[in-house]
Amino acid sequence: MNRETVQILGIFAHLDIFTQAIREMRRLGYNNLTVFSPVPRHEIEEALEGEKSPVRLFTLSGGILGGLTGLILTIATSLHYPMITGGKPIVSIVPFLVIVFELTILFGALATILGMLINIRLPRLRLRPGYDPRFSEDRFGLGVRCAGDEVQRVQDFLRRAGAEEVRHAGD
Amino acid sequence: MELSYRQINRDLLRTMEPAGRLYYAVLGVDLVILLWGIFAWVYQIKTGIGVTNLNNPVGWGVYIATFVFWIGIAHSGTLISAILFLFRCHWRNPIYRTAEAMTVFALLTAGLYPIIHLGRPWLFYWLFPYPQEGHLWINFRSPLVWDVFAVGTYLIVSCVFFFTGLVPDLAVVRDQADGWRKKIYGFLAQGWQGTDRQWRHYGSAYLFLAALATPLVISVHSIVSWDFAMSVVPGWHSTIFAPYFVAGAIHSGLAMVLTILIPMRRIFRLEAYLTEMHLENLARLIILTGTIMAYSYGTEMFIAWYSGNIYERETFIYRAMGDYTVAFWIMLLFNAVIPFLFVFGRIRRSIAWLFTISILINIGMWAERFVIIGASLAHEYIPFAWGTYRPSWVELSILAGTLAWFFLWFLLFAKLLPVISLTEVKELVPPPMRGGSHE
Repeated sequence: MNRETVQILGIFAHLDIFTQAIREMRRLGYNNLTVFSPVPRHEIEEALEGEKSPVRLFTLSGGILGGLTGLILTIATSLHYPMITGGKPIVSIVPFLVIVFELTILFGALATILGMLINIRLPRLRLRPGYDPRFSEDRFGLGVRCAGDEVQRVQDFLRRAGAEEVRHAGD
Repeated sequence: MELSYRQINRDLLRTMEPAGRLYYAVLGVDLVILLWGIFAWVYQIKTGIGVTNLNNPVGWGVYIATFVFWIGIAHSGTLISAILFLFRCHWRNPIYRTAEAMTVFALLTAGLYPIIHLGRPWLFYWLFPYPQEGHLWINFRSPLVWDVFAVGTYLIVSCVFFFTGLVPDLAVVRDQADGWRKKIYGFLAQGWQGTDRQWRHYGSAYLFLAALATPLVISVHSIVSWDFAMSVVPGWHSTIFAPYFVAGAIHSGLAMVLTILIPMRRIFRLEAYLTEMHLENLARLIILTGTIMAYSYGTEMFIAWYSGNIYERETFIYRAMGDYTVAFWIMLLFNAVIPFLFVFGRIRRSIAWLFTISILINIGMWAERFVIIGASLAHEYIPFAWGTYRPSWVELSILAGTLAWFFLWFLLFAKLLPVISLTEVKELVPPPMRGGSHE
């Protein structure tokens, strides 16, 4: 099954044509698309119909873990060395909730970042082949992964869809 | 705004071009003040905390007042970057980067103060949760420990939030630069390429960070206020303290944003991006926070009288007419009276007025913290133990030094990073369409 595949890159100047091209490529059955854009646009997301980001689950688990850490840290250390201060109970839940709250936020935020990094496979020091510096300026890029014998066909499609430049993106 | 993406890159990256002589002159003055502050601190450490005028009964003075001041400054950065983001106030996009940077730098400054305030600053780590000698842990019932957790969390989350927002812009800088700059910014951009996958997870993470930062920012100044409110000192022991401090924090922070944005916009010629509308909206927010401040001052004084508590009443009479009367009236006038000038459109739209009032509010808010801390401690319950406090030259030198420290970070930020978010400004303008823009 290990068919050689290559990536063809089309560079677009206009968003409406670009989203149209994404839709067409998907209709033709090319689902292994990589989209580059200078800004996040809902039009692109809609054209790609990607699923929701799983980062939310990282945030939730981080928050829960942080809250539990706060509870365990405060209660366990107070019980471990029971010293009454200010005439308050050893396990004083109300003040401990301050710590619980802060750690919930802290762990939640750190887990969110972790979740983002894991999901987008960052950090990486080398850029993916096919990246063009114009993508951070004002151009949109559509990378299509296809089998070696379909290269010509894909290139023609991209050109017809309105790409101002079409080239091999390397592997 | 009818700007193209390319134009935005060009205009906004211009701020990072090599600095002129003025910049280095300002940087030089800043460094001299900072060095003087460092000298004063070293002198304080070597000689002892006695070189300050902190003594019984006033054990908290300029250091703690300034700590609260800087934590407050930090708050409006998060308001603009996170809370207005959640409310979909798109006018925040061009100003949020600077505001968020201000948050981080204000926290870096605030964080110094509790350490400076210590007689033996090298023992500051005793506040962190780890088993000390004989397995003794920190006292989680103490507001000072809550403070460590709150401010620490706030600093970490703000840094993370700030850096996350920067990554797509760092990629732009990387793509436009060459030589060693390309390497450094390339490293910082962590391989950002703006792919659909990256944007999707990034957007989600950004949203959740904003959602976490919002309750966090409210909790932080509430907890700072409890450093005072949890004690039984007259003038501090009040349930209004948390909302009162949070509003005050945002009040001072918005003023600081104006103080910083107005010269920056002028120097970098960013008038097309930071328009009068942005400054005017900040002024409108200041009317809101100013109203809350006026209400809080009124309530405090009303309760001091209406409660019939003689200590409370005496404290407020002392604040208004005792040794700190100048600071008290500055606080009242600058925070709760002058901001109402912003109800006049002409004043809201005048750069000179905006700048002047923003500086007055900064002074007023510092005075507020000084009055709350100094006057209450100087005049507690027993007349026999009353005293006064005036800061010494060491305290004032360190205060000046930390101001320079804050602006040092800001000067570096202005030249090394894009001060306006390229990506978020691009989101505001209509995208390039062949069929014509239809927004």
